[in-house]
Amino acid sequence: MKEAQVYLHDPLPAGESDVMLLRELIAHLRRNRTQLREEWARRITQAQLLTAMSQDEIFAEATSVYDNYVEALETGTLEALQAYARDLSERIIPRGVETHEVVGIVLLLRDVLARSLFAKYQADFALLNRILDAYEPAANRIANTVAVGFVQERERIIREQQEAIRELSTPVLQVRERLLILPIIGAIDPQRARQLTEQLLSAIRTNRAKVVVIDITGVAAIDTNVANHLVQTVEASRLLGATVIVTGLSPKIAQTLVTIGVDLSKMNTVGDLQGGIEEAENLLAYKVVSSGQESPSA
Amino acid sequence: MEVPILKQGAYLIASVQSALADADMVQLRDALVDKVGFYRSRGVIVDVTVLDVVDSFATRMLRDLAHMIRLRGAETVIVGIQPEVAFAMVQMGLTLEGVGTALDLEEGLAFLSQRTLQDK
Repeated sequence: MKEAQVYLHDPLPAGESDVMLLRELIAHLRRNRTQLREEWARRITQAQLLTAMSQDEIFAEATSVYDNYVEALETGTLEALQAYARDLSERIIPRGVETHEVVGIVLLLRDVLARSLFAKYQADFALLNRILDAYEPAANRIANTVAVGFVQERERIIREQQEAIRELSTPVLQVRERLLILPIIGAIDPQRARQLTEQLLSAIRTNRAKVVVIDITGVAAIDTNVANHLVQTVEASRLLGATVIVTGLSPKIAQTLVTIGVDLSKMNTVGDLQGGIEEAENLLAYKVVSSGQESPSA
Repeated sequence: MEVPILKQGAYLIASVQSALADADMVQLRDALVDKVGFYRSRGVIVDVTVLDVVDSFATRMLRDLAHMIRLRGAETVIVGIQPEVAFAMVQMGLTLEGVGTALDLEEGLAFLSQRTLQDK
């Protein structure tokens, strides 16, 4: 310790003196590991972060984050920490941990450590300054790495889920001879819209459909591109000799279609799926009769 | 290549056999408009099943043909447009406005008999 002090006050080249300072401060963090870790876990609970996790879990995670943090400070390489941050994110994202919480706890740790440095070096302001000079950039980089790691992991999960949704095929169902139903559920992006159209057109040919009911009750919103695509699908179906009835337009979608000025003259729309099927049966000259209304003699 | 035009009862059936040059389209149009009067046909079916490209000129010819035949007192139906062709056409804005379309020859015949029945 004494030697280190001597070194520190020697006019070493900036880089080398920084290294010495960093080494000293790491030794300090190692010595006070238990106390600082507890302080950090206490602050996390106090700030009501990570409410999805239990006290013990927070403490366990805090321990490993702390150790990884100190190690990253020491080695100056972020790979291990990056890997740990990814691993941690993978575990906590499904539990509903938010980005602000992760950023919050890393900043808290940074704060806890900085405070302990203030307490230790308060007597020597110049030295404190230099310690902070060495500590701050490294700490910022680490905070950055953990936050970015979390966000990247989150984005990866979102991408995976989008992929999964895309793979959920949208079925084209035949409900009666020459009558198809295409229920669309969820958001439509241009790629899905194209896939839907291709499926529908080939189903029209293979089932020799005359009427198709496209039900969009499960679609929350559509944009200009998708609306135009829908109109194109209707027209392409007509070229194959099938009439399209669109059902279940929500008030919001109706408003969108009118606002963006989609040409609705070619669209045959009915309020709900039941109405759509009834209309289609009408077009196909089906007549559905309840068996309860038949005369008893029959 | 010339498109054969077959007479089937009250209808004429033009069945396209291969990709058509612009001149062939014009020839088909003229022949159909001519023959529909000669045979006193009530309907015309143009089968384009073999076409895997329908461009703007062909679309215009088909539309003109249908409108001219209507002026000559008969109905026209275009049958056999492939799904991919149909979608490519609407993407280019070629929608055969005001022209009857059906899935295949059988559907086309059903379409015409329904139409001509209504006219009576």
